[in-house]
Amino acid sequence: MAEGVDILYGYPGGAIMPVYDELYKFQDKLTHILTRHEQGATHAAQGYARVSGKVGVAMATSGPGATNLVTGLADAQIDSTPMVCITGQVPRHLLGSDAFQETDIIGISTPVTKWNHQITNAEEIPEVMAKAFYIAKSGRPGPVLVDITKNAQFDELDFSYEHCRGVRSYKPVPKPDLDAIDAAAALINAAKKPYIVFGQGVILGEAEEQLKALVEKAGIPAAWTILGLSAMDTDHPLNVGMVGMHGNYGPNVLTNECDVLVAIGMRFDDRVTGSLDTYAKQAKVIHFEIDPAEINKNVTADVAVLGDSKETLNLLLPKIKENKHKEWHNEFKERYKIEYDTVIKEELHPTKDGLTMAEVINEINIASGHKAVIVSDVGQHQMIACRYAKFKQTKSNITSGGLGTMGFALPAAIGAKMGAMDREVVAIIGDGGYQMTIQELGTIFQNKTPVKIVVLNNDHLGMVRQWQELFFESRYASTVMSNPDFVKIAEGYDITAKRVSERKELKGTVEEMMASKEAYFLEVKVEKEDNVFPMIPSGASVSDIRLK
Amino acid sequence: MENKWFTISVYAENNVGLLNRISGIFLKRHINIEGLNVSKSEIENVSKFTIVVFTNVEWTRKIVAQIEKQIEVIKAFYHVDDEIIYQESALFKIASHLLFDEREIQNIIKESNSQIVTVSRDFFVLAKTGRRHEIDEMHDELEPYGIMQFVRSGRIAVTKAAMPITALLNEVH
Repeated sequence: MAEGVDILYGYPGGAIMPVYDELYKFQDKLTHILTRHEQGATHAAQGYARVSGKVGVAMATSGPGATNLVTGLADAQIDSTPMVCITGQVPRHLLGSDAFQETDIIGISTPVTKWNHQITNAEEIPEVMAKAFYIAKSGRPGPVLVDITKNAQFDELDFSYEHCRGVRSYKPVPKPDLDAIDAAAALINAAKKPYIVFGQGVILGEAEEQLKALVEKAGIPAAWTILGLSAMDTDHPLNVGMVGMHGNYGPNVLTNECDVLVAIGMRFDDRVTGSLDTYAKQAKVIHFEIDPAEINKNVTADVAVLGDSKETLNLLLPKIKENKHKEWHNEFKERYKIEYDTVIKEELHPTKDGLTMAEVINEINIASGHKAVIVSDVGQHQMIACRYAKFKQTKSNITSGGLGTMGFALPAAIGAKMGAMDREVVAIIGDGGYQMTIQELGTIFQNKTPVKIVVLNNDHLGMVRQWQELFFESRYASTVMSNPDFVKIAEGYDITAKRVSERKELKGTVEEMMASKEAYFLEVKVEKEDNVFPMIPSGASVSDIRLK
Repeated sequence: MENKWFTISVYAENNVGLLNRISGIFLKRHINIEGLNVSKSEIENVSKFTIVVFTNVEWTRKIVAQIEKQIEVIKAFYHVDDEIIYQESALFKIASHLLFDEREIQNIIKESNSQIVTVSRDFFVLAKTGRRHEIDEMHDELEPYGIMQFVRSGRIAVTKAAMPITALLNEVH
């Protein structure tokens, strides 16, 4: 509570019972949401953290409870999400004895946590918990796991809590180097074809205003990575789209034509860069980044500006000269037209009978007025959601980017809704991922969480099927899904549920869903074998992006 | 890019689990640790890990960046052999009768600059400190006579250049 936590997600069990017993006494101040699986607790905590900027908290018992957290920890680690996981552990005297529900969660979680620690003595609890929250939230955020042996949960102590203000071996935010900022400004001011690619670092650093100011002052076209999406209004004239494997045409091919590439709070993931040997080789690269280990990890930076994005961009802005770069910007517009004519037009306004995923997203955009939080799962629908969803507000696009965790969206949407009760939260999920964490419908039912769930059902594991079609001569190994009646399942949880299979029903049903004040389930039967384009084949250059 | 020997020196808090965290960074990249030593350092309550790897400079730089990122790591460095003073030590357990039966063994002891640590009725123990190749040579020379047990330590190293750890720690304070 001292850390501002008012909600936590979890699942009780033997080794964490003393903590739950205490929680019982604080029910009016601290809400515990019982998810239907510990993995759901982590994703809900992640959704909550991503939408609110606060630390998400998940709790589980020892053994299987703890191991079920691992996917969420790995997801939060690779997507830099602040999360604290608390696990129960067998009593100190049983450690290492293969006791009932004992597992070495410290060992298991080490590679997927920013920090972890085992408490075997109640005296340690206040200091370690304070440190856990501090580490999870500061610098480049990440997940922290605290494992507490049962004896330490039972023991009593003189409790006094002090916030952690620093750890001597840990420097969360590097001090900005003014020479690097000068060098960056000089490159940007001299550039003829400057280009910004922004990532989640802008959102985590709350530097959205600074990014917008830079883009507008210097007249630089800017593109987002999947996790950077919503840091800037998607309708901003200088916001040119998404980079990466299924990003937009212009933002990808023009990466190899810009003269200065300004990367802000992004890590040059392989899904963004394609082949590194042919990525932006002609450009001077400026890398704004909080984590020194990211500098020169994948792409060599000519100028590295270390620090918090808000702070460094604030230092940069006064040094930037006003500019327009109209011709350069036109190149993006020309590429957009090509992409619109070959891909987007048919996606948004299909001439065929089958429904496309993009037209569903488009109807949600219209019905929500670009104000909804969109939580997507992993696969084709995710790429379509990130390509076509419109956002006015930051922290609105929540998806599993780095880890690509199917099953993320349903529990993450629950957390997102609880972290932003005043906003509409729409989960966009495929028929595959939905069934990986479908049990969280129980959490929605019990808590009456008013989330909107949209399953874009193509009766396939669509993205894998697409790869099989393109790269494995259409051998659809284990990607065809025979699905149950999703509407009946949702109704079993007392959730209003509709199925749409024809275009004429789509608009009205989406409007009804968005107008609903309660949880709502919508299954849309979309074309079974549609592919997501454009696409950079794995390992190819951004220049070789395929439009069909 | 050419593979070389690199000595990675890590100054860190002395906490349970940190070794696991550091070794995981190598494991994740499928790089073998050729030598490892953990000891106290010149600073109170600060441990020093000395890790030897055979890989290229690019990998080494990235690994060191990841090590340094760990919360409990104060600072990590990497050096090539020319930049450090380094040693390893080894113990050889050999049957006692060989010391008298095989005259050559006494020559090996003298020439290798090794010390006899203990002698009992059944065995004696030789200690040798030096560079890896010196220990290897001594091992090869003794092997034909029979070595009952052999063990070699990880590398320990100090740098020729100064290591400003105390200054770093003061800065954080």
